[in-house]
Amino acid sequence: MELALSVILVLMILGALFAIHAKDLLSAVISCSIVGYGLVICFLLLRAPDLAIVQIVVETITLVIMVAVVLDSTRQEPFTKPDPHDYVAIATALLLIVSVFFLLKAATGSLDPFGEGSMRMAKHYIEGAADKTGSANLVTGVIFDFRGYDTLGEATVLVTAVLGALTILRIRGKK
Amino acid sequence: MKGMTLIVKKTTQLIAGIVFLYGIYIIVHGHLTPGGGFAGGVIVAGSFILLILAYGSDFMHLTREETGSTITENLGILLALMIALAGMITGIKVFFFNWLPHGTVGELVSAGVIPLYNIFVGMEVAASILTIFLALLIFKEEVTKW
Repeated sequence: MELALSVILVLMILGALFAIHAKDLLSAVISCSIVGYGLVICFLLLRAPDLAIVQIVVETITLVIMVAVVLDSTRQEPFTKPDPHDYVAIATALLLIVSVFFLLKAATGSLDPFGEGSMRMAKHYIEGAADKTGSANLVTGVIFDFRGYDTLGEATVLVTAVLGALTILRIRGKK
Repeated sequence: MKGMTLIVKKTTQLIAGIVFLYGIYIIVHGHLTPGGGFAGGVIVAGSFILLILAYGSDFMHLTREETGSTITENLGILLALMIALAGMITGIKVFFFNWLPHGTVGELVSAGVIPLYNIFVGMEVAASILTIFLALLIFKEEVTKW
């Protein structure tokens, strides 16, 4: 399973890289959605159907909205070639890549092996959730009962995002 | 934005209602099967977006539609917050307390207030996704008109 996950992660990284270097906006949006749909397959491989459903639905709607917005707008983006003689920038980028790689390796070395770690709190949730909340779906029981504050925060973030979008996008006032 | 061809319109006419009902199903069964308020709300918003894309933006009067979806969104989050606050009045007086009787695990009417949270959060998510889409469409039309 780890091999399949690695292949999908490499594909996701390639899609994200292509989205940066794509010639027009539409192909950038579509290649960006490779990341989202790859994540759906990752969630399904890790046996998380709740997250997979949310991810696939949100990804599809976002893609449709972005395509509908992008379709008639300007396609061509000004593309400037990087200067190959800019040694300082290339050296800084390489240094950052190497240092972040080793820091990440040091940070993940102390974690539990993949797929085996289970914290004390998680065990407590899994054992008692159905009796305490009465919900057959454990995930819903956790997000609306044990972790209610988190869900309230998420819903508030969505409301705030809509308020911000309406504030920015409104040219003329409402009559 | 203009509408699409007759084939797309007819297919949308047949499918949009089923998509809407599937979203409602995902929301209502959120405490039994995978899914819940967030996923079902986005599916419900998707059925409206499908209609608007297929029939063009003149089909529904968009500004009136946007007012309605904004009100629905704020009402949804307000009602969810009210249910959470009601836990501070009844029972053991804790925020987000599950104050309704739990019932048998696995039945449709069970799990206390969790289905109510699912319904209101689904309402809020559906309305907010639709509001963002409508805001972008109206912005685009105002820009091209000027």
